[in-house]
Amino acid sequence: MRLRLPARRELVCQQVVELVTDYLEGALHPAARRRFERHLAGCEHCTEYLAQISATIAVAGRITADDLTTEMRAEFTDLYRRWRREEDGA
Amino acid sequence: MLLVGRYRQSMLRLAAAYVPSQAIAEEVVQDAWLGFLRGLNRFEGRSSVRTWLFRILVNRARTAGSRERRSTAVADLAATVDAARFDAAGGWCSPPQPWTDLVEDRLVAQQMTDVVATAMEDLPDRQRTVVTLRDIEGLSSEEVCSVLEITEANQRVLLHRGRSRLRQLLESEFGRA
Repeated sequence: MRLRLPARRELVCQQVVELVTDYLEGALHPAARRRFERHLAGCEHCTEYLAQISATIAVAGRITADDLTTEMRAEFTDLYRRWRREEDGA
Repeated sequence: MLLVGRYRQSMLRLAAAYVPSQAIAEEVVQDAWLGFLRGLNRFEGRSSVRTWLFRILVNRARTAGSRERRSTAVADLAATVDAARFDAAGGWCSPPQPWTDLVEDRLVAQQMTDVVATAMEDLPDRQRTVVTLRDIEGLSSEEVCSVLEITEANQRVLLHRGRSRLRQLLESEFGRA
């Protein structure tokens, strides 16, 4: 089910920032999507805001697991041994 | 072995949302891996291996925690952008300070990644969980809903709050007038 918006007036910036995720997730009804994009076309600040949300997603996407430490290797080896023992015992 | 390292931070973050201490979170992660290894021969490929692993983790963490922290519900409802940044008509009076061009600079980009990684720890639990699965692990919204047993709408709200908070921190740290 896609989100519909109340008719009448044009969207204001304060509403637009609340709709950014619905927009990016494709959750806006086509008519709501058109109103959202119409606002963006005439508003440099909301365009900047959307760009910042996209950049934030990209930055978060660069977070990776820490490199394997010796301790973690040992931990996993231990884990694997426990599992093997259970398998053999079963 | 690589798989364990690859998912370790995300699994710890997820587990921490359900249990009261880091030590218990570590136990839950180990326990989830054991459950995963034991169940491998029963895996039928109806979901991705990763979705399946996270589902095992969340189930174990829920059991271990046996309580969802209610206090986060209030924080989850905080406004996306401070209302003081808009005028009475709802237009920006304090518009977003630009910073996205700085991503081109590898050093600054690394600092941004550090800021976001640190800020993730301070997000309310449910937001952190959803943002971790979506934006760090790259699961689809359907997969996240399946892992966490939440609705699409709920998933979007949590993702929205979490991402908005991270954006605000990046703007505070790197934005310039």
